[in-house]
Amino acid sequence: MAETHSLQDMRQQAAVAAKVFIQRDYTNGTVCQFQTKFPSEMETRIDKQQFEETVRTLNNLYAEAEKLGSQSYIEGCLACLTAYTVFLCMETHYEKVLKKIAKYIQEQNDKIYAPRGLLLTDPIERGLRVIEVTIFEDRSLTR
Amino acid sequence: MHLGVSESMRECEYSQISTRSSTPMETPYKKKTPKKKKWESFPGRNKFYCDGRIMMAKQTGVFYLTLVLILVTCGLFFTFDCPFLALQLTPVIPVIGGVLFMFVMGTLLRTSFTDPGVLPRATPDEAADLERQIDVANGSTGYRPPPRTKEVVINGQTVKLKYCFTCKIFRPPRASHCSLCDNCVERFDHHCPWVGNCVGRRNYRFFYMFILSLSFLTIFIFAFVITHIILRSHQSGFLNALKDSPASVLEVVVCFFSVWSIVGLSGFHTYLISSNQTTNEDIKGSWSSKRGKDNYNPYSHGNIFTNCCAALCGPLPPSLIDRRGFIQSDAPQLAPPTNGITMYGATQSQQSHMCDQDQCIQSTKFVLQAAATPLLQQQSSEPVILTASPENGGTLPGRTSLTLGGPCTSLPLGQPTPPTSTPSLSCHEATDMLPIHAHSHNHSHPLQEPVAHHHFLTPEEVPSPPGMLPCGSPLGHSHTMQAGFYNPASQDSLHEDSVRGLVKLSSV
Repeated sequence: MAETHSLQDMRQQAAVAAKVFIQRDYTNGTVCQFQTKFPSEMETRIDKQQFEETVRTLNNLYAEAEKLGSQSYIEGCLACLTAYTVFLCMETHYEKVLKKIAKYIQEQNDKIYAPRGLLLTDPIERGLRVIEVTIFEDRSLTR
Repeated sequence: MHLGVSESMRECEYSQISTRSSTPMETPYKKKTPKKKKWESFPGRNKFYCDGRIMMAKQTGVFYLTLVLILVTCGLFFTFDCPFLALQLTPVIPVIGGVLFMFVMGTLLRTSFTDPGVLPRATPDEAADLERQIDVANGSTGYRPPPRTKEVVINGQTVKLKYCFTCKIFRPPRASHCSLCDNCVERFDHHCPWVGNCVGRRNYRFFYMFILSLSFLTIFIFAFVITHIILRSHQSGFLNALKDSPASVLEVVVCFFSVWSIVGLSGFHTYLISSNQTTNEDIKGSWSSKRGKDNYNPYSHGNIFTNCCAALCGPLPPSLIDRRGFIQSDAPQLAPPTNGITMYGATQSQQSHMCDQDQCIQSTKFVLQAAATPLLQQQSSEPVILTASPENGGTLPGRTSLTLGGPCTSLPLGQPTPPTSTPSLSCHEATDMLPIHAHSHNHSHPLQEPVAHHHFLTPEEVPSPPGMLPCGSPLGHSHTMQAGFYNPASQDSLHEDSVRGLVKLSSV
């Protein structure tokens, strides 16, 4: 409920002023990473360090999801042996991390972004192409 | 007035938070219309079954042929050859045969029914933002150079990312647009008519295991049918043996022709996996040393073992298209088509869980718009912002509403290529691109005539030795992309030909 209250407050005052899209960073290959470059439209709203920290954490989480390690190999082999029926009962490592990411984004929105009139959209809802940041126009400031 | 506005806002907010479907102007008591799931308005050319759980390409005739061939051959084997072999040799033979058969069927169905890694199309906001960035990069508003590419350095190699005009995104590296399915697919390998689906990032391992296990199964059946005939010949002579077991002859014929093609294909894909390349890349020779001394594959992990493990046992990413989620299609039903709201509605038709937040945004916006101001202009500019906020400066008004206004009307219906897409886009590519929006109805065949002669492979030859199939696999897709822009006219011919279940060879 706290979330809706803060978001409601935001919406009572603000309308959407702009949307900024943080694109993917492919310099390390096809692994899911986002650019940490700070978009200029957000300069007035949030600290550069804070935002870069958020993106960096997200990048680390995605890297963890796609990591090739013993855990993923074991999971892959087990799945193959059980003809992938094992995923009817348990979720893949990737999905577990995606849930972690969703929680992290919600928490960041509540604590940091909503009070500043910003809203991060979970990249999975945009096909892992972009991080969409909605900038709300802060009507209280314009008065 | 102010009170009335905030009253209705408050009313809307509570109703928005509690229900998920009502639009700002609908009363909370209105009967909810049944919601559609996203797969029902999926923009690509795919077929969905089981309420969106199963996803296949549009033309599945050849897939059924594959199923029939496998089922009939195995059925005959188990019915006519296995009893004899089990008695004469060992009952382990039918058991192993059974296990192989189950594995083949399982992997085949998994390959065919799984989302290969389709990339969802860009939301209108994203597309507009990209357009704006391209405008800025080009520095001009008039003539636009045809190839929209971005260069990126990956592990020391320069890779060109191409812009997909259908999906309105810059394709990630190794992704390609499948003309048959009309989707961008991640790590696109090829479109396989035999499995009735594209082979991409999410189902490549199943495809590989399918062809590998099918090779073993084919060799197994071939060997044991021959054994069966030989054993019978010892008992009653060769011709009598054939007469006693006519099914064996059919099996031998099918297996003989299949073995060459399928074992060859398995070998080819084993090579691809160990060098971490896709069929697409191998055919184009993207990472071949012939291109240059410094040309190497930036995606390879360095050694064969890691490459194999990564391809077969790596983490399986989830589907990016939320097939079974509900479409939040409330905004488009709004009568007053203010650009801002319909845009968000259109945006939402491609999202899953933004509903509450965006609905509140919409309701707020709508009410503010209704209450406020003649500042809003319907068609020309600033659809995104309700009021020009001074502190945002000039960043927003730069967006033309034509970009956004166009998609608004058609996107809610789930169509990806709105008729009035960015005018600059359609202006520039006018001669070639205008048909892009009607490409499914377009029947010109500019590219296909010279290529057509290569196509007619018999079914046995189609999953053919490396030299043949890989040429056909990308189905002209990478080929058309190499032209630097999207040639929609070729899609239709490809589409038509696929109806006949033929694999197209693209002249690379």
